Amino acid sequence: MARRVQLLLGTRKGAFILESDPARREWDLRGPYCETWPIHHLIRSPDGTLYAGGGSPWYGASVWRSEDEGATWTQSSEGLTYGEDGPKLMTVWNLTASDGSLFAGVEPAGLFRSEDRGATWLHVSGLRDHPSRPSWEPGNGGLCLHSIVPHPTERERMWVGISAVGTFATDDRGHTWEARNHGVRADFMPDPHPEFGQCVHKLALHPARPDVLYQQNHCGVYRSDDGGRGWTEITPGLPSQFGFPLVVHPHDPRTIFVIPLNGDDKGRHMIDGATAVWRSSDAGDSWQRLSDGLPQQDAYLGVLREAMATDSLEPAGIYLGTSNGQVFASADEGGSWRQVADYLPAVWSVETSIVED
Amino acid sequence: MASVHLPRSLVTLFPDPPPRQLELDAATVLELVEQLEERWPGVRDRLCQPGPAFREHINVFIDGERVGIDARLSATSVVHFIPAVAGG
Repeated sequence: MARRVQLLLGTRKGAFILESDPARREWDLRGPYCETWPIHHLIRSPDGTLYAGGGSPWYGASVWRSEDEGATWTQSSEGLTYGEDGPKLMTVWNLTASDGSLFAGVEPAGLFRSEDRGATWLHVSGLRDHPSRPSWEPGNGGLCLHSIVPHPTERERMWVGISAVGTFATDDRGHTWEARNHGVRADFMPDPHPEFGQCVHKLALHPARPDVLYQQNHCGVYRSDDGGRGWTEITPGLPSQFGFPLVVHPHDPRTIFVIPLNGDDKGRHMIDGATAVWRSSDAGDSWQRLSDGLPQQDAYLGVLREAMATDSLEPAGIYLGTSNGQVFASADEGGSWRQVADYLPAVWSVETSIVED
Repeated sequence: MASVHLPRSLVTLFPDPPPRQLELDAATVLELVEQLEERWPGVRDRLCQPGPAFREHINVFIDGERVGIDARLSATSVVHFIPAVAGG
């Protein structure tokens, strides 16, 4: 049985797929898919279906589905609305498949669930019923719900991340939600330690230790050892507190990867034009710079919140896509890198999939 | 029967796509959209937002005059759905 490794790319102008054998040295590109709509997120669900979420400036937000490896697509947004009296739903930022359900995080921030593989959608209204909601304000990227983190075994539990609002958790399958931001700074607010208003950029966990959460925030990198009730800053050792993506090693819950950028008011690109991924192997106590094979001169690249991913092979592959349209791949856990695509539209998301033929 | 003209960027969203030009018997533009929806489920969501009203960047013309969703049609109306020209 042959195995293929796929990188699923959402870009500003369509979805693409890069494909390799498990050696992960040579990659073939196909696409663009989804009629070149802006696609924030392309994923593969456990049953093999491809889903893409995004929004057209003309035709609105929708979720695309392909059951034949991208050859043909359908799309639907039935139920993906706040109704006539609610705000206009702009786009889909994140799709997450969990326990037979498909979840969509959208802008303006909210959570939707589909029980029929994306054909129709139900609003998880409990989140927008939270008493803080009238005070939610958009950040630079919009008021987007970008991180959906289901508990791996307890289906009633879930965390979400909303830019410029913070982390919220539910223990009752979305009926009620609680802000989980204690210990996370919001330096841009008059009170830098509010109950909510923290600008989480990416939220992640490892399924083997589901009460350990990590987040890259506008104001630092943090770890929580108690399901988000309290956060400890793990920024020391990094060259910048600012970045977007954060991923957890597929086989080691204590190993994480981030991409520090030069700062929120300095262009949000690589520090000094030198590209680097930073890895911690001790849950954030110390950090190591990884740059072998990444451009080190005049490389003013940006990497957005969904644009870094790992695969599940051994050793693990790490991948990043840039706002400038490149994709870089490492087949040795970040030890060395090679560029595997160039000249793509701005890459907004990278996910991986292992396909067995 | 009104003569209805649909944009390429709309019809390609459907696996069994509507023709770019078709004839429909409808009293209003909204009724025309509902007929399209019956034959190509999902087309209403692409053209309309809740209300219903046309999406902000979808322009609809009857015989060359821009209209809203409640506009009435005659048997000889020529209806164009035109996405606003924009982008980069």
